[in-house]
Amino acid sequence: MEKLLNELSSQSNPSYEVKCDIENDCFIPKHLKRKSDLGLPSVAENDLLRHFTNLSRMNYALSTTFYPLGSCTMKYNPLINERIAKHEAFNSIHPYQPAETMQGVLEIMHCLERDLCEISGMDYFSLQPAAGAHGEFAGLLIIAAHFKSLKQKRTKIIVPDSAHGTNPASAAFAGFEIVPLKSEPDGSLSAQKVKEILTPETAAIMLTVPNTLGVFEKEIAEIAKVAHENGTLLYYDGANLNALMGFARPGDLGFDVMHINLHKTFSTPHGGGGPGSGPVGVKSFLEQFLPVPRVEKKNDKYVLDYKKTKSIGCVKSFFGNFPVILRAYAYVKALGGKGLKNASAQAVLNANYMLAKFKDKITVPAGSRCMHEFVLSPKAALGNGVRTLDAAKRLLDYGYYAPTVYFPLIVEEAIMIEPTETESKETLDKFIETLNKIILEESADEPQRVKDSPLNTPVARLNEVEAARNPILKWK
Amino acid sequence: MNIPVDLKFTKTHEWIKIEGNKAKVGITDFAQHEITDVVHVELPENSKNVKKAQPAAVVESVKSAFDIYSPVSGKIVEVNEEVLGSPELINQDPYGKGFLFAVEFSDNNELADLLSAEEYKKII
Repeated sequence: MEKLLNELSSQSNPSYEVKCDIENDCFIPKHLKRKSDLGLPSVAENDLLRHFTNLSRMNYALSTTFYPLGSCTMKYNPLINERIAKHEAFNSIHPYQPAETMQGVLEIMHCLERDLCEISGMDYFSLQPAAGAHGEFAGLLIIAAHFKSLKQKRTKIIVPDSAHGTNPASAAFAGFEIVPLKSEPDGSLSAQKVKEILTPETAAIMLTVPNTLGVFEKEIAEIAKVAHENGTLLYYDGANLNALMGFARPGDLGFDVMHINLHKTFSTPHGGGGPGSGPVGVKSFLEQFLPVPRVEKKNDKYVLDYKKTKSIGCVKSFFGNFPVILRAYAYVKALGGKGLKNASAQAVLNANYMLAKFKDKITVPAGSRCMHEFVLSPKAALGNGVRTLDAAKRLLDYGYYAPTVYFPLIVEEAIMIEPTETESKETLDKFIETLNKIILEESADEPQRVKDSPLNTPVARLNEVEAARNPILKWK
Repeated sequence: MNIPVDLKFTKTHEWIKIEGNKAKVGITDFAQHEITDVVHVELPENSKNVKKAQPAAVVESVKSAFDIYSPVSGKIVEVNEEVLGSPELINQDPYGKGFLFAVEFSDNNELADLLSAEEYKKII
């Protein structure tokens, strides 16, 4: 294991001093001035460089390995977008500077909002939310504000049992009561069942299309109809938008509110807690409730409008995560309409290619066709008490990041694979061969080895149970 | 799989032990095996009213968090505070030391759709 910097620190190395004239700074109250030194570790510069290089080599990252994490759309993050985000035209902007001095930045935000509207079929977007769940939360506050303005008491949100866990969490956080809806065996919903549980109190139904099992929601038009007849809104979780670009638009399918994960479909880096970006989009009758500030174009000038009396307010400091917004804009412009459509087509093709190679050997609960991702249930294929978790850990030994496991909850021993459009056939073939080998051969021939895995990683299998029950949260 | 014959069960994998108008509730052996190691439990407050088939407690494992539905309506008269500090009791002894709470119920009609051990065995 790599030592921590504090452990590498030695008195024999010269320590770094941070020089700043705090003593004479009249703006810092006396009682807040530090009296002791900072206590930074003393590490030779070369050792410091090696420390961070070694740590980076222990990492599983999109830039080192195939990362088929289902539902997360781990596609290639174009490096050109990093260069654009670092450009001095953007990195020296300060959010407090007057709007007339950052017209270019506002123009990019405005244009991305318009592009997202065209891609999704919504009428307006706000780029403020900092992540997918944050976008959901903002969307649900908009739904609450809508019914408040209509003076309707609607307290319930329908969430299918196949939904992403953030859906019920966001709805509960926004003050709604969750009504779970049982999905059909392929994870889809029956419009009839939706109709049966709708009440005058149902504010919205939260859905993702394609659904969590990677299947297009065939009754979506009928579901939208029965919901709208009841005065109920339809919320679209944009997590799976990578399957649809250029082929179907949530706005046309009948959705009223949605969020998009720029860090999934629009190729900005993600993982490790962010920064992400989860723009929230609405149909025009909900525009008045969008977060402020709104970027608007008035007399050929871009302005930030904070004066929206019915807005749910500000949900993020300033304008959202602008560097992420910028990367997504660069991606949309680089690919264009045709390119985005191709990306979705290739993502669906890649997933179907993989599914076809697995389906005869491993149970496929949602059938032999899928959209951009699919779920396997290797319960029957695994032998000798080997579980999905063990197979996933074994994949680490072969240098892969493990796919999503045990989600969705409606599939036993689930493995959820999303290859995205940016992987080559060779990469897919190698992964298919490896996963088949672990599930079909190794679990039968050397089950203990699989149960003990990972064996080649910097640390062996972590005790997740102990870590959850007795977490050690600080370095001692 | 341990399915005691003197208990009743729900389709959502809770067990219920009826003694007069009081009922102890927990999760089944099958449920604890499926969700794997329990790491956190949230229990209802004493004397809170719960409704049949509505969430009354939360059991969280390394896999996910699960709502536990009360098999009957009534008032909470006992909560097993021991599982708060030692959630592993739910895995080790789901029908005994790992019970979650007890409800005082009044509507005997609600017992009609509970499953017998034989019926529960068929659905798992």
